[in-house]
Amino acid sequence: MPTGTPLALTRVSGTTAERGEDPGSGAASLAYLKASKRYPGAESDAVHELDLDVPAGEICVLVGPSGCGKTTAMRMANRTVEITSGDIEIGGRSVLDRNPSELRREIGYVIQQIGLFPHRTVDQNIATVPRLLDWEEDRIAARTTELLELIGLDPAYGDRYPAQLSGGQQQRIGVARALAVDPPLMLMDEPFGAIDPINRTRLQDEFLRLQERIGKTVLFVTHDVDEAIKMGDRIAVLREGGELAQYATPAELLARPADDFVRDFVGTDRALKRLALIPVSEVELAEPVTVRAGESPAEVMPRIATGSAPHPLLIDDAGRPLGWLDSGQLETGPVPSSAPTPPEPVIETSSTLRDALSALLQAGVSQAPVVDGSGRLAGVISVSAISGFLSAGEDIDLEIPAAARPRG
Amino acid sequence: MGRAPASLATLSDDFFRDRSGDDCLSNDGLFCADWAIRNLERYVDPTLEHALLVLVAVVAGFGIAFGLALLAHRKKWLAPPFLAATGILYTIPSISFFFLLLPLTGRGALTAIIALTAFSLQIIFRNVSTGLANVPLDVREAARGMGMTERQAMWRVEVPLALPEIIAGLRVATVSTVALATLAVFANGGGLGSEIVVGSNITFKTGIIMAGSIAILMALLFDGLLILTGRLLSPWERAAL
Repeated sequence: MPTGTPLALTRVSGTTAERGEDPGSGAASLAYLKASKRYPGAESDAVHELDLDVPAGEICVLVGPSGCGKTTAMRMANRTVEITSGDIEIGGRSVLDRNPSELRREIGYVIQQIGLFPHRTVDQNIATVPRLLDWEEDRIAARTTELLELIGLDPAYGDRYPAQLSGGQQQRIGVARALAVDPPLMLMDEPFGAIDPINRTRLQDEFLRLQERIGKTVLFVTHDVDEAIKMGDRIAVLREGGELAQYATPAELLARPADDFVRDFVGTDRALKRLALIPVSEVELAEPVTVRAGESPAEVMPRIATGSAPHPLLIDDAGRPLGWLDSGQLETGPVPSSAPTPPEPVIETSSTLRDALSALLQAGVSQAPVVDGSGRLAGVISVSAISGFLSAGEDIDLEIPAAARPRG
Repeated sequence: MGRAPASLATLSDDFFRDRSGDDCLSNDGLFCADWAIRNLERYVDPTLEHALLVLVAVVAGFGIAFGLALLAHRKKWLAPPFLAATGILYTIPSISFFFLLLPLTGRGALTAIIALTAFSLQIIFRNVSTGLANVPLDVREAARGMGMTERQAMWRVEVPLALPEIIAGLRVATVSTVALATLAVFANGGGLGSEIVVGSNITFKTGIIMAGSIAILMALLFDGLLILTGRLLSPWERAAL
């Protein structure tokens, strides 16, 4: 029986270390090499010659309609489903060379129904794999506390049973349990599928924040294309028969669907979905003419004359926008301390283009000031700038890791 | 009314001696408290014998049925034959079973225990099987996906989760075995049955009521102990509320 050394680890370059946080034990690359599964007696493959290359530290989402074989494909990685041809390599090593139970202990596993052990406390649930690996009790206790803190749950919850927790808390415990031995690869099968929409969004955001710190390689299964776009660094769209229809970054998938199947699957609102991927800071903002209260016409008028924008924007001493002025009003006297037109909507650089566009449409204006995190003016964004950005396809090469993207 | 079996003759003699000169007994009322209190001691040995018969039979029955159920859980095709076999043993009337066993094991406690054990198998087997089958699929999948071997999943997850049903089965098996063990006297196996049979032979109701009551109390005691054990072993069951 093949046993032996753990999966080869490839450290994620920089991502966690750069942020000055504890780097995880690392992440492993994952490669499907013409991996197929055919069930005994079946006429055709459930998963057909799947080729996927997931770099270490990235989230790859398998998405597709039900029955497309995405869960089967995922489960081939930890051999809970055995491949019938081809190979899968984790950290460059074939899963077929591994003892299945030992392999699975090195791969985090989260399922939709959570599957917490009802007869074990939260602590004991989290300690499942460490116990299988015969960790010392001290180390298990320390790790359990650390994980509860990581998922934002009071360690006092450790003594409770799963039935005493809410669905969202149970799902977090499920993630903590999967992370217990700091596995280089995580498999997540519709992990938020059974959670109500509000909590689902929160759990998705939490997981992305977590991913920012731990930088795991994640294979994530969902049937929800919006979730795929939100969670994925890369998305593999599968069609019926377990065939790969397209493997691309979310931006590319939305901008250039490979065929009609993918186009239908991602939906007719893909332009809007693209907007949701991009933070306002990525767009080149227009520079408005800014004026401060008390400035004289002699100071202000030349700036207005050379500026491109028709209306000057009044800002305070800290650079915060106060409102729009009429240039005619400035010819005759000093700049007043208040403006007739309020600056709203004011958009933050960290919001998505989708939110920015929505705010513009909602307010019925064509442009709005954009401010940075401290409220200081960064520029002006307009409806035409957003549509120009999209039609130029500038976002396609824009690869923002899912964990670093703006979140609602 | 037939004659008492020869083996009971000596018991009957004792009995008449105890009874002599007692008003309450000569009236032959439903229950003679005086007599019962004065003769409490005569029930000690039969009670202990009875408890031992039950314990040995249930423990043996549990050992066998639990093993069979685990086996059938792993190899599903074994379940129907096991169910049929234990079903047949369950259906054979205990008294017939005693007499069938006589040529093999002779008269005595062993014969009684074999019959009682055989009787308990079906109840325990069914309950253990149901308990194991009722372990939620996602829990099973999680156990496997996290790298438990089949054996680890069985002992760390499936058996503990089946405990409430296993205990329920043991309770039914134990209580019915307490009742059935009163027939052990027909295999010369001792127990409270000896006191009942003596009584019924001479229509002395107090003796029957005493022995019967002790059996009922014993059933309640064992049942209570099992409930308590179940609670101690499955604290999560109450936490769920």
